[in-house]
Amino acid sequence: MSSIKPRVKVPKEVSIDEIIEIKTLIRHPMHSGRMKDNNGQIIPRQIINSFSAKFNGKEVFQMDLEPSISTNPFIVFQYKVKESGTFDFEWIDDNGEKYYISKEMTVS
Amino acid sequence: MKLKKLRKISRRNALLLIAGFTGTAIFPSISFAQSSQALDRINEITKGLGATESDIYFDLPDIAENGNQVKVTFEIDSPMTETDHIKTVYILADGNPSPNVAKFSFTPEMGSCSAATRMRLSKTQNVYLLAENNNGQFLMTNAKVKVTIGGCGG
Repeated sequence: MSSIKPRVKVPKEVSIDEIIEIKTLIRHPMHSGRMKDNNGQIIPRQIINSFSAKFNGKEVFQMDLEPSISTNPFIVFQYKVKESGTFDFEWIDDNGEKYYISKEMTVS
Repeated sequence: MKLKKLRKISRRNALLLIAGFTGTAIFPSISFAQSSQALDRINEITKGLGATESDIYFDLPDIAENGNQVKVTFEIDSPMTETDHIKTVYILADGNPSPNVAKFSFTPEMGSCSAATRMRLSKTQNVYLLAENNNGQFLMTNAKVKVTIGGCGG
């Protein structure tokens, strides 16, 4: 599963009380369990079922994903800046695997 | 006299029977059986309390050429403070194999209740948004999307 790489865009320079937009994308096939392969066999379900964002260790946003979410799940949300710190993003796969990425954010 | 009365009743009964049969035969396929899975789910989540139709910014394309990648964006007016914030937002699809699409859990730290993602739509259908605030009240809205090519496989 080395092809699964998350990407996140967090503004680097921000000011206090600014509402920033965070864009996340992870490469994942999101097999819904309904698609068939070239031989007519059903591809078993395998999706990212959970996404969460922590700021300085505290969970600020969480999302449950279902098979109705598109391939390469793209999630955008907002955050109100209070201080500098680190975002930790985590995606959980149906097979239990977890994918992480961290981003620094500095208040200028 | 007696015969006449009997005849009258049986004719009325017959009409009622016909009306009843056509009613059950036609209506479920049009309005109830297929289009209520999202509303059933809303009823389940709200534990029968129901939700208030509300003016929520819920952006979906009117026509989706490709049901595999339909962008959905929403924004709910909320102060997002500890005492007054939107806690959970559900996206539910009426015509997909399962009504559940996504569940977002918001916190006051986010400062605004807004998010976007991309979803699959298998056919032309209504998409519902159900939001719960920290006081346990529910808000909802819906949008109709016309899908040209379905996106759920099979």
